Amino acid sequence: MNALATYALRLGDDSLILGQRLSEWCGHAPALEVDLSLANVALDQIGQATHFLALAGELEGRGRDADALAFRRDVMDFTNCLLVEQPNGDFAQTIARQFLFSHYQELLFAALAASKHERFAAIAAKAVKEVKYHATLASDWVVRLGDGTEESKQHMIAGLDWMWRFADEMFAMDAVDAAALEAGVGIDKAALKPAWNQRIDLVLADATLERPASRRPVLGGRRGHHSEHLGHLLSELQFLQRAYPGATW
Amino acid sequence: MQPPSWTARVSPAKDGRAERKSPARTPASQEIARILAQVPDPEIPCVSVIDLGIVREIEPDRVIITPTYTGCPATIAIEQAIRAALDARGFGGVAIETTLTPPWTTDWISDEGREKLRAYGIAPPPKGAGAASLKNVAAAECPRCGSTDTEEISRFGSTPCKALWRCRACAEPFDRFKCH
Repeated sequence: MNALATYALRLGDDSLILGQRLSEWCGHAPALEVDLSLANVALDQIGQATHFLALAGELEGRGRDADALAFRRDVMDFTNCLLVEQPNGDFAQTIARQFLFSHYQELLFAALAASKHERFAAIAAKAVKEVKYHATLASDWVVRLGDGTEESKQHMIAGLDWMWRFADEMFAMDAVDAAALEAGVGIDKAALKPAWNQRIDLVLADATLERPASRRPVLGGRRGHHSEHLGHLLSELQFLQRAYPGATW
Repeated sequence: MQPPSWTARVSPAKDGRAERKSPARTPASQEIARILAQVPDPEIPCVSVIDLGIVREIEPDRVIITPTYTGCPATIAIEQAIRAALDARGFGGVAIETTLTPPWTTDWISDEGREKLRAYGIAPPPKGAGAASLKNVAAAECPRCGSTDTEEISRFGSTPCKALWRCRACAEPFDRFKCH
């Protein structure tokens, strides 16, 4: 795959895997309103994934469409960041993952909306309006749990502590990112970090939470080095196409 | 049913002449507009795809539509409904294309569409609000009793485009179309 196709693929994979993870909450969330919220966020993510994966297939030019890329790749071909494949854990852990990711995604799409490539720009401009809601939802819950009971606070601290180690990977720039940036298509993700830090710190202060201690970042998702969790996720996501290749209805 | 307040657009001619905007010159586009004004949204059947601003352009040989939300499951159903309506009226040769730019906004919901939503029990979005006013949204007007003594229960509702609200005056819950 060429650099621009890979760039689109990564964006699509982030959205697809997070959307699939969130959909696991369907029917299990702590309250009906939360169930609806998480399902809505999952839908938005899967919608974004459909657009980015279709674009990746076109840029690749080998006849693969969004479905082929979602359902007929194996785990090592997935390029999502490790954060989005982390298991849901308890509700606080899910919220921690959403909180770190949605603020990144909102900043990312806001910048990508100015891309020279009209397709990337169009998807980002549309999606950023949706992601604003996700970031607000996650932030509200970080405050509610963090500044809630002693019990909820401990869960929020533990959730953030686990997810924190995967945050740096979102801002990491490699050769693909550099090529996309050079072409005027991609954006400088590293440059989003100060604004992200500021947003995260504001909410954490509101939630009476400390910023988790810095630790060695865990990287590798963009190169296909995933946790074992992704394989299990894909076995559900891809079940039908694995059992009945080419099935349609 | 009132005729749609729709201005059909004509593509630039191949010889480079300027774009014309005269519905009278394109009876085919006008007829297509009339057909689409009868196609209901699958999730909110009180409004048509024209009322919602989903149909962006009508030309004699193609219709351009835009999704409300990227993940809206009704997107495919809408395209199928439009296809079926066009085919049934002899417009099988008209293509349906989808565009994402400019992104759909609730400002494109027609005044008539807003009234239909209210009558159906869904508080319509304020006009011109866009997504800028995501925080501190002004209180919705209860579509049943008209009171503004209302509160948001959940920002995410039964479909991606709606939030869940409650009226303190008449105690009824209701959907509010999100500003987007």
